Amino acid sequence: MSVMKRVLTTVAAVATFAAGAAQAEDVRIALVVKALGIGFFEAAAKGAEEAASELGDVEIIYTGPTDTTAEGQIEVINALIAQNVDAIAVSANDADALVPALKKAMQRGITVISWDSGVAPEGRQLHLNPSSNPLIGNMIIKLAADHLPEGGDVAVLSATTTSTNQNIWIEEMTKVMGDYPDINVVSTVYGDDLADKSYREATGLMQTYPDLDAIIAPTSVGIVAAAQAVVDAGKVGQVNVTGLGLPSEMAGAIESGASQSFAIWNPIDLGYSAAMLAYEISKNGAEAAPGAEIPMGRMGSLKLDDNSEGAMADPFVYDASNIDAFKSIF
Amino acid sequence: MTGRWIRSRESILSLAIGLMLVLIASRFSGFVTPANLGDVFNDTAPLIILALGQMAVILTRCIDLSVAANLALTGMAVAMLNTAFPGLPVPFILAIAITFGAVMGLINGVLVWKLEIPPIVVTLGTMTIFRGIIFLLSDGKWVNAHEMSPAFTGFPRAFFLGLPVLSWIALFCIAIIGLMMSRTPLGRSFFAVGGNPHAAVYAGINVGRTQCAAFVISGALAGLTGYLWVARYAVAYVDIAGGFELEVVAACVIGGISIAGGIGSVGGAVLGAVFLGIVKNALPVVNISPFWQLAISGSAILVAVVLNAQSSRSKGRIILREAETTT
Repeated sequence: MSVMKRVLTTVAAVATFAAGAAQAEDVRIALVVKALGIGFFEAAAKGAEEAASELGDVEIIYTGPTDTTAEGQIEVINALIAQNVDAIAVSANDADALVPALKKAMQRGITVISWDSGVAPEGRQLHLNPSSNPLIGNMIIKLAADHLPEGGDVAVLSATTTSTNQNIWIEEMTKVMGDYPDINVVSTVYGDDLADKSYREATGLMQTYPDLDAIIAPTSVGIVAAAQAVVDAGKVGQVNVTGLGLPSEMAGAIESGASQSFAIWNPIDLGYSAAMLAYEISKNGAEAAPGAEIPMGRMGSLKLDDNSEGAMADPFVYDASNIDAFKSIF
Repeated sequence: MTGRWIRSRESILSLAIGLMLVLIASRFSGFVTPANLGDVFNDTAPLIILALGQMAVILTRCIDLSVAANLALTGMAVAMLNTAFPGLPVPFILAIAITFGAVMGLINGVLVWKLEIPPIVVTLGTMTIFRGIIFLLSDGKWVNAHEMSPAFTGFPRAFFLGLPVLSWIALFCIAIIGLMMSRTPLGRSFFAVGGNPHAAVYAGINVGRTQCAAFVISGALAGLTGYLWVARYAVAYVDIAGGFELEVVAACVIGGISIAGGIGSVGGAVLGAVFLGIVKNALPVVNISPFWQLAISGSAILVAVVLNAQSSRSKGRIILREAETTT
């Protein structure tokens, strides 16, 4: 930790403290992110500000280290404890390293929740997941089915045969296939999260199944490569590439028409929900215990499981109508 | 004598490729249509270009493990250049990619030549360094399709006389390297240095400089492929072509280029690459469980290498005998 950074953190702490003292009746919620300057978190801060203006008596302190280290976050958290903020909502760089600092915060009566990237249960009151495996599994097949009112053949292009996340999502997708009787999953292939192999597998799918209607790729490398393969095969409009991807990476595929829509979490909603939850616990005394249900404004409510974790919502769908607004964010 | 031996190696490989195509056609007839074979060749073009460079390096008893990392770094550099200056003409980008790659090859070459560090150690090191530099350069971010100019991504897939430019570039590289290996003193000295370095010194060949030249050629071709790769897949990130260096070495070994140096041919390297390219393109369409695909392509390589190792032993003796008679 450089001297300069320490000075800057202190200056920032003093400044926010001064600002806080001026309006002491406000609930001060600190949104601690993995690092400053990351588009995803800037968008989350925007969502938190939205929650603040909706609630009225909230002040959002958007802060974090300059690089993604747990040490940097601990320092930021200690500064926030010194300022005696009302709540800390953190996206952690390390699930365990932050626990002692956050425990200290909770002992001082500060509400602590984690969001996006979680903290071990003893270091927070609840954790907000952007989505859940069943919701994602349902979403990826729904994305394909929504553009196939008549039904059709779809194929899955996954990462590696051993990728835990993708395998769980595909398993969850298979569970809900009964809800989409006209959709037929013809094959599952693996692109190993390599652009060239994914491209080749997608090309192979289109050759083996000439009537293929959609390729579902629940991986960011695969979805981009499959979209390029569809463009190069001249099958834009016949084969719809969908799945999970980032707006910045998928903007080209949406523009070319190779992909009608895809999904990923919405950082704005995530920041909004985190701020809402922190407010509910800190100001309205909502209890973050297993089984509890805590309201979070326009996003409905969060149901907590045995680990005091909850899933915010379905992954957010991106298409031609909103891609331009999000492609510069993350 | 040697010529006939190598030619027969190539004919064995051609036969194997032919047999494989028949086998694939029996399961998926669409694979052997001229249009699809053209696509397979186009898909294999990057592997062919890299195998040509790797061949020159292996011939001099060295190995270049940094080709894929060089490819990725050059690819990222030109992609970022294109994002910053979308107006740059493609020939200029090609020149930059080749120069950039050659400079990285030169670093390998100089370390091997002047510091006499074993090539496998040098290139293992530079491989990691190059990947690290990509991360520093890009900050771990991707360069995406919509950030690249249409001319940049369009060039390799533009059609010229029925074939994409990417295929033409591969054919052009085969011709140039073929000419160089057979008709220039440099090309011949690669064989001399790898066949018998001590004899090469007596013949007035600077072994270190020849090895360095091989690394520069390999690097330049890797740089060229870097641009083609990024433009073809329309994406650049840290891990592109991860592990591809091993495929390139495998293509060379399958093509009959002896890891011990001095034996090999341009035709062998190209056929080795085509063999691997067909395997990679056929496996997805013949409907084999993905869990078996890795095992199948692995065994294909192993069988080829075993065949190769057996024949190259006798080949080595013949070359020495011929050398004896001529001196």
